[in-house]
Amino acid sequence: MTDIATITKKATRDGFGAGLQVVGQKYPNAVALCADLVGSLKMQAFIKDNPERFFQVGIAEANMMGIAAGLATAGKIPFTGTFANFSTGRVYDQIRQSIAYSHKNVKICASHAGLTLGEDGATHQILEDIGMMNMLPGMTVINPCDYNQTKAATEAIAEIDGPVYLRFGRPSWPVFTEESDFVLGKAQHIRQGSDITMIACGHMVWQCAQAADQLAAEGVSVDLLNMHTIKPIDREAVMKSASKTGRVLTAEEHQINGGLGSIVAQILAEEHPVPMSFVAVKDSFGESGKPLQLLDKYGLGVADVVASAKKLLKK
Amino acid sequence: MKEIKQLQDISAQVRRDIIRQVYYAASGHPGGSLGCADFLTALYFHVMDHKTSFEMDAKGEDVFFLSNGHISPVWYSVLARSGYFPVDELASFRKLDSRLQGHPATHEGLPGIRVASGSLGQGLSVAIGVALAKRLDQDEKTVFALTGDGELQEGQIWEAAMFAPHYELDNLIVTVDWNGQQIDGANDDVMSLGDLEAKWKSFGWETYHMDGHDFIDIIETINKAKASRGNGKPKLILMRTVMGQGVDYMMHTHAWHGKAPNEELAIKALDQLTSSMDDYAVPNGSL
Repeated sequence: MTDIATITKKATRDGFGAGLQVVGQKYPNAVALCADLVGSLKMQAFIKDNPERFFQVGIAEANMMGIAAGLATAGKIPFTGTFANFSTGRVYDQIRQSIAYSHKNVKICASHAGLTLGEDGATHQILEDIGMMNMLPGMTVINPCDYNQTKAATEAIAEIDGPVYLRFGRPSWPVFTEESDFVLGKAQHIRQGSDITMIACGHMVWQCAQAADQLAAEGVSVDLLNMHTIKPIDREAVMKSASKTGRVLTAEEHQINGGLGSIVAQILAEEHPVPMSFVAVKDSFGESGKPLQLLDKYGLGVADVVASAKKLLKK
Repeated sequence: MKEIKQLQDISAQVRRDIIRQVYYAASGHPGGSLGCADFLTALYFHVMDHKTSFEMDAKGEDVFFLSNGHISPVWYSVLARSGYFPVDELASFRKLDSRLQGHPATHEGLPGIRVASGSLGQGLSVAIGVALAKRLDQDEKTVFALTGDGELQEGQIWEAAMFAPHYELDNLIVTVDWNGQQIDGANDDVMSLGDLEAKWKSFGWETYHMDGHDFIDIIETINKAKASRGNGKPKLILMRTVMGQGVDYMMHTHAWHGKAPNEELAIKALDQLTSSMDDYAVPNGSL
């Protein structure tokens, strides 16, 4: 773990842009599409390197998903880029029929997910996308924790055949892992501990790491899993950690209904029931504000994770 | 490449296949299927350069996308009669464990199908994706797509309509099955389509009209559209058809859009459709 005082910050979306550039170099059949958000998605480097392999589709996300399905049919590896809201909720039926049911090798790359989108407010802060994408048969769902892992994930998904939902965010965020830490489908053990398990995805991995440090100072030992791949989820890692600690807290920048917490709860309910708590948005929409203000207001702050863990420890 | 007389014979058999599929499934969409029997017969047996040894990526061959997936019976018949899969498999239409789903799907691996359709408005975008890929790969073959007329009420169609001219996709030929009918009635009663030709033209498409029941017109129009490759314009063919064409009591009405005939009416329909070809076998079937 890097020292917090000196840690560098970069946006996960920049990691996507860097990864996409590598994908462009490595895969001649990789193509990219964007619905009028090239700058926000950091796709400029790919476009500069491969202008003929980039398709600006304008503000027409449904069409973009269909075109991506067609490009995949013809043997290309399309990466679509737009905000998470417009990558999922707006085009759910297009993804369902033309991509997921038709098993097309489309990589749906979604920035500005969750509350940390910030000032644009609830219209853009999708908090239901993990649930929607998780429900689609055959869809791989990934929400990396920082710049390095978003870059690694972008490269990794080019290797696998099938539809992928890659979720990342807008704000500058601590870079605290290495690219090599990301192995698709394998949870990363960020901290080894024995009192309580924390399973987190996306920006919440960092929140949990900080909470774990605070708890450690109070003598509580946290087993922290970075569950970047939400589907197919690393069941073995969940089971192993839950068996060790007997208490599981999940944390995600998503609705409490249908996201990582629900998925983990389903596994544990079936195979090894333990007391749980869920750090997530409690069935409400977001609002305008600064990323950290929003995380605090909606119960996703470091203090919230600590409080939730302490409560769980008493169960 | 088949001659006109042979095409007529095949399309009569395709129509028999449509009636028998929906009759035995006791469900499905005969009206639009009958209306597009001549077009799809011409496409698969005369116009398209395609391979029945099915390859998903369709490299080096013409390719067709059915956006109005509910007329699956006509497509299944034409695909089977072309040699994509055994003709007798038509008997499994809409049954459990079949590759012939109610609406076309890739999920069960039916050769000839490259994307699922049924939820309307999506096929044109998919066809555009393949047209873009063909251009990237310097593949000179043509991409065909068929949409319904009611389907043009979907917004995604117009997103796609804007895209194709912007990218000068002149390797794309889209046909609209213009029978003027949809589930709830005539197009103009449900939701007016307005001046379709003016709409597509103003989006930047080269437009054509053709009679969807005249093989010579179908072939000549498509050939003309293909010959204009190089002018940077995608092609849009407004194809006049009659819903239910070939079966008198199903014609000129939306009543048979999504309804199967009973035995008496199925027999009445089959009596009006004569072909030199054989019907596909139906285990324990009576017609």
